[in-house]
Amino acid sequence: MYQYTDTDQTLVDERVAQFRRQTEQFLKGELSEDHYRALRLRNGVYIQTHAPLLRVAGPYGLLNSKQVRKLAHIARFYDKKYCHFTTRQNIQFNWPKLETIPDILAELASVQMHSIQTSGNCMRNTTTDHLAGVCVDEIEDPRPYCEIIRQWTTLHPEFDYLPRKFKIAVSGALHDRAATQFHDIGLHLVKNAEGEVGFKVIVGGGLGRTPIIGQVIKPYLEKKHLLSYLEAILRIYNLYGRRDNKYKARIKILVKESSLAKFSALVDKEWSHLKDNNELSSERIAAMCAQFSAPAYDDGAVDDQSFAQQQAADQAFATWVKHNTANHKVSGYRAAFVSLKAPDSPPGDMTDDQLDAVADLADTYSFGEIRVTHRQNLILADIKQADLYSLWQKLAELKLATPNIGTATDMICCPGLDFCSLANAGSIGIAKEINEALDDMDYIHDIGDLKINMSGCMNGCAHQSVGHIGILGVDKKGTEWYQLTLGGSSENNAAIGERLGPAVAKDQITQAIVTILDVYIKQRLEEESFLDMVNRVGITPFKEQVYATH
Amino acid sequence: MQLIKDQQIIDNTWQFIADTDELKSGDISMPLARWQGEKPQLLAHDGKLGVRISSADSVDELADDLEKLQLIELDFPDFADGRLFSQAWLLRGRYDYHGEIRAIGHFIPDQVFYLARVGVNAFSPETSEELPEIINKLKDFTVNYQSSIN
Repeated sequence: MYQYTDTDQTLVDERVAQFRRQTEQFLKGELSEDHYRALRLRNGVYIQTHAPLLRVAGPYGLLNSKQVRKLAHIARFYDKKYCHFTTRQNIQFNWPKLETIPDILAELASVQMHSIQTSGNCMRNTTTDHLAGVCVDEIEDPRPYCEIIRQWTTLHPEFDYLPRKFKIAVSGALHDRAATQFHDIGLHLVKNAEGEVGFKVIVGGGLGRTPIIGQVIKPYLEKKHLLSYLEAILRIYNLYGRRDNKYKARIKILVKESSLAKFSALVDKEWSHLKDNNELSSERIAAMCAQFSAPAYDDGAVDDQSFAQQQAADQAFATWVKHNTANHKVSGYRAAFVSLKAPDSPPGDMTDDQLDAVADLADTYSFGEIRVTHRQNLILADIKQADLYSLWQKLAELKLATPNIGTATDMICCPGLDFCSLANAGSIGIAKEINEALDDMDYIHDIGDLKINMSGCMNGCAHQSVGHIGILGVDKKGTEWYQLTLGGSSENNAAIGERLGPAVAKDQITQAIVTILDVYIKQRLEEESFLDMVNRVGITPFKEQVYATH
Repeated sequence: MQLIKDQQIIDNTWQFIADTDELKSGDISMPLARWQGEKPQLLAHDGKLGVRISSADSVDELADDLEKLQLIELDFPDFADGRLFSQAWLLRGRYDYHGEIRAIGHFIPDQVFYLARVGVNAFSPETSEELPEIINKLKDFTVNYQSSIN
């Protein structure tokens, strides 16, 4: 993975010093609330219901064991012994004291981490495929380009006060695991007719209040033009994006209101001035690719016989392998998910001890690297098949081996009313209730591939509009209600879920989910997934049952 | 009133004339509309000329006039409105403007490092207490990741 140069380290250290000065000025009353707010947000500091929240950047989801131990240390000494992983592959601390945050940032800087631009109306952490570099369907590893974009976006002097936040995702595989069609800019590594690899550029996608599927603005962009083209899009957005209404300020609204053709013409005109002056050299690309070279895989890993025997002998292990591991491009290796969706723990949360233990497991089994997925789990990406059994046993002891990846209880869930000052309704409690109702793993495995996403408000942090089942918390005269949608997807077949009907009361929501799943079980065709069935039959059969019983 | 230009605290020698103000002698700046409306008379003026633009103005409209202008003022309506960062970049990077670009209005000292990078070389803060702070904050970073004007 990428190692900081002196320039990277100096920049991050100087940013910590800058934020320390700003925080001191604020605490002495020398900086207004309004000004400090904009500055702290650009350092990942929100003021939430109970305390400040600090969002730390997980650059395209990639962490090393030393960094994860540092997160454990921060959780232990500055917070309440846990942290939370987010859908942007970031890490959140819910309880730090404001005056200690500069110290936390200095701790992070000591392990090449920061919280720069993890909130605020600026360019955010670039995200990517959690299986980048190891998956079997990859055209090219997207991570070198993510790092190039990370550097370009970080402290960009022109684009730090945009109309609204701006998110970029990169996918290098055939299967889009990075929700690129729902980003302000989505980039796909693709091959052209000559077999050269470049980028398909998608613009104007987004979730939140107005979910919109992005549109292809450039079917093929040569790699050397990556940064000049991004600069052209950002300049047009910065100049023409709406600033009169924050709900209409994302680039998706600009693209929609002006039409893709007109927006694209503006970008092309701007780009025509830039493209020849600011090329990304093949040397720079090659040097960056070298930072992400494959680890020293063991050629003999594939000869192992124990893996098959252990699966045959231990059904629980076989089940975990089936659901919580993924194919690897190197024979004899698999990628193993660390499930952060145990039934009795808030989705995406991890304790300090779990963090330390997973760092140790990464060192022992997976070249010291850990990845964060956008569905709020972790991955140890390079596990020899012979090591999977002992890894599984150790993860199980840590309560990190619930075999539910990609199933009904692998929910994406925002912090909701319990922590967030924006939320209208609770989400963690509902997730727990649904988990308790679906406590039979055989039933969950029978339902199979299902993405339930639940957000406590319209801002949609948990991407409810692209959940196969989406749950949105709404406030009705001071009580918590939940709006259901069916049929959303953030993958290649991108779709926004269709609203099922009127919102459901808090004490009815779990029953509504159970009813929806019962309809699926009864009416599905053989081998038909939940999403496929919704696409085949529409929402009516589900609607009839959910509203018949309420 | 003092301001910072090229990292030095200096006295302001410019006067602003609004759309309906009488012309004054000496160095004057004015709104874009007045410049566009009275260009022939203004070119006969005995002092230097400047134009004050706000976020919604387009510097493209000044492209052919820049040689005649010694000052462009970027008037921040609100520090969160980042359009003027791009306008400054365009003046330097696209139109090769070499005169003074001055930030005025509601920018904040914590933005001056970025503003300097996109080509702003003068800063007129709302209070003189901010002058030393601005000089310091121009030095917030010694490194950067991307090319810009500076």
